[in-house]
Amino acid sequence: MTYALVAGVLFGLYFSLVGIGLNLVFGVMRIVNLAHGDILMLGAFIALGVVGIAGIDPLFAVPLAFMVFVLAGVLLYWVLVPRLQGSANPEMLSIILFFGLSQVIEAVTTIFAGTSERSIQSRLLGTVFTTIKVKWFGGRAGGAGPIQIFGQGFPAPWVIAAITSLIAIGLVYLYLYHTRLGTLTRAVMSRRDEALATGIDVDRVSAAAFGIGLGIAAVAGVFAPFMFGSVTPAFGADATVTSFAIVVLGSLGNPLGTALGGVVYGLCYMLVQTYLSSWADLLPYVLLIVILLLRPSGLLGRRVRVA
Amino acid sequence: MHNASKHLLFILAPLVVVFALLPGVYQNHLLLFNFVIFLILAQGVNIIYGFTGYLPFGYVGFFGAGAYGFAIMVMHLQTPAPLAVLVGGVVALALGLLLTPLLRLSGAYFAIANLAASLAVLHFVANPALEGITKGPYGVSLTGTFNPTHAYYAAVVVMALTVGAVIYLKNSPFGLALQAVREDAVSASMAGVNIIKMRVIAWLASALVAGLAGGIYAWYVSVFYPDNVFSGEFSIFAIVFALFGGVATITGPIVGVLILYGIYNLIGFTTPQYFQLIYGLLIMGLVLFLPAGLVSLATRRGWHVP
Repeated sequence: MTYALVAGVLFGLYFSLVGIGLNLVFGVMRIVNLAHGDILMLGAFIALGVVGIAGIDPLFAVPLAFMVFVLAGVLLYWVLVPRLQGSANPEMLSIILFFGLSQVIEAVTTIFAGTSERSIQSRLLGTVFTTIKVKWFGGRAGGAGPIQIFGQGFPAPWVIAAITSLIAIGLVYLYLYHTRLGTLTRAVMSRRDEALATGIDVDRVSAAAFGIGLGIAAVAGVFAPFMFGSVTPAFGADATVTSFAIVVLGSLGNPLGTALGGVVYGLCYMLVQTYLSSWADLLPYVLLIVILLLRPSGLLGRRVRVA
Repeated sequence: MHNASKHLLFILAPLVVVFALLPGVYQNHLLLFNFVIFLILAQGVNIIYGFTGYLPFGYVGFFGAGAYGFAIMVMHLQTPAPLAVLVGGVVALALGLLLTPLLRLSGAYFAIANLAASLAVLHFVANPALEGITKGPYGVSLTGTFNPTHAYYAAVVVMALTVGAVIYLKNSPFGLALQAVREDAVSASMAGVNIIKMRVIAWLASALVAGLAGGIYAWYVSVFYPDNVFSGEFSIFAIVFALFGGVATITGPIVGVLILYGIYNLIGFTTPQYFQLIYGLLIMGLVLFLPAGLVSLATRRGWHVP
């Protein structure tokens, strides 16, 4: 029981990291990024590349993945979104457009990487910490063992991913509430047309949010091989639906809501897995539908929609 | 001549005649069957997305439910196939009724919830715990009812009904009211349109059509797995075909299926990745450059497209 609860919180924090990028993109632009899961998958492949080519701790892939995808996101924004916003029904068409993008990403990745499952030895993650520990305090070198919490051992990658997620959520919070661009972003989130009318450069703000959203998704992807065991190019689609469940569970445009949503989701996931494992696959979908019907604005949301 | 009868005579009748006669001259019957199935599904998407604006991203849920409704009737009750197809339609109708609360959601929320619903049905059907009823993930085999010729003609009949329904929508006050609701629900309701009833009827009609198509598909292929009949490709293809031609028209989805599915089979890539790549690019190009479909090329010049 304790094991399921703690594992649920650890996974939950990681799930919030998975969802938060999607939340930013949907909240700011009302665009459904169905390629979100594929960005995650690409992040995982960057981690694989870092380990495979340089042979160093996959944690180094985190800043790399973030930088690459912030740039890619801003670029992609300018190619796709202004044209999309000009059409009759951008919200619906975005679903189809980003579905096309996810197909392209999946196909290109498959062409270059094949369909086989990839995984990284989990002891490689966090070797940078043990190396520092050995340098400064002496002791024995080697991979990080299981970490003890409440007398139960958990794999070190889970804990590292959870901590990284906490840091990332904190940074998103700082960005949204304590920087100028973040304030503008929140203005665009609440009312796009009014923001435009007050002279905010909506496109620039949205491009930044899109880039950051994709960057965070890629960071979450770096940990995917450790949290889910392995990744394939086709892994993206499931990840997208899961992320949606988390985002909707929390609420749109509220990073703390996504954190809460992630933790609730993680706890449910672990509990169902422990007690009713054959039904665990159903959980994200049923949870998503129930939440959408009962409380469309999410756990922390205000009522925003009419009719 | 009345518009509706013109549409029946010049669009529906030739379509049915061509697809009824083609098996005699063209040998690849599976391909023809798939064409008919996609015509049904694309028109089903047209009914709900074109006329109400709800994007059914999990449309395949009804298709799969129809296929499994058929399979369960045949496996457990040995029902004759045509009756089982009807039951498949009823099962999809029931699923549609169960999902009507989703219509309260708007825009992307509906599309995502619908996608989640179809995946939930898939995981429900494929659950090993229900092996006694649905055979779980191991698939069903219905060799007893296998009769591709009859299944093909049943599909043509359902296609005729579906296209007929779209012709009705295009030419009736009901269809006009639906489009008014799509454009501006508040104004339409002020004008005396019963929004909820309208939407639910369109939703159930498109569910029924997909369920019948699913039942016939199960009849035709007779051996399938949950992942086959709940494959997201059915939803995506149907939506893309309908959009490519142009929704809220009679001819748009038909043209979309004939052209895109035709190209799909003409190219016939040996490596699916290249196909997926080209398909993804095609979808993106479609949304960016031709969001209102092929028919918009004609309507922009002022030609009327039925």
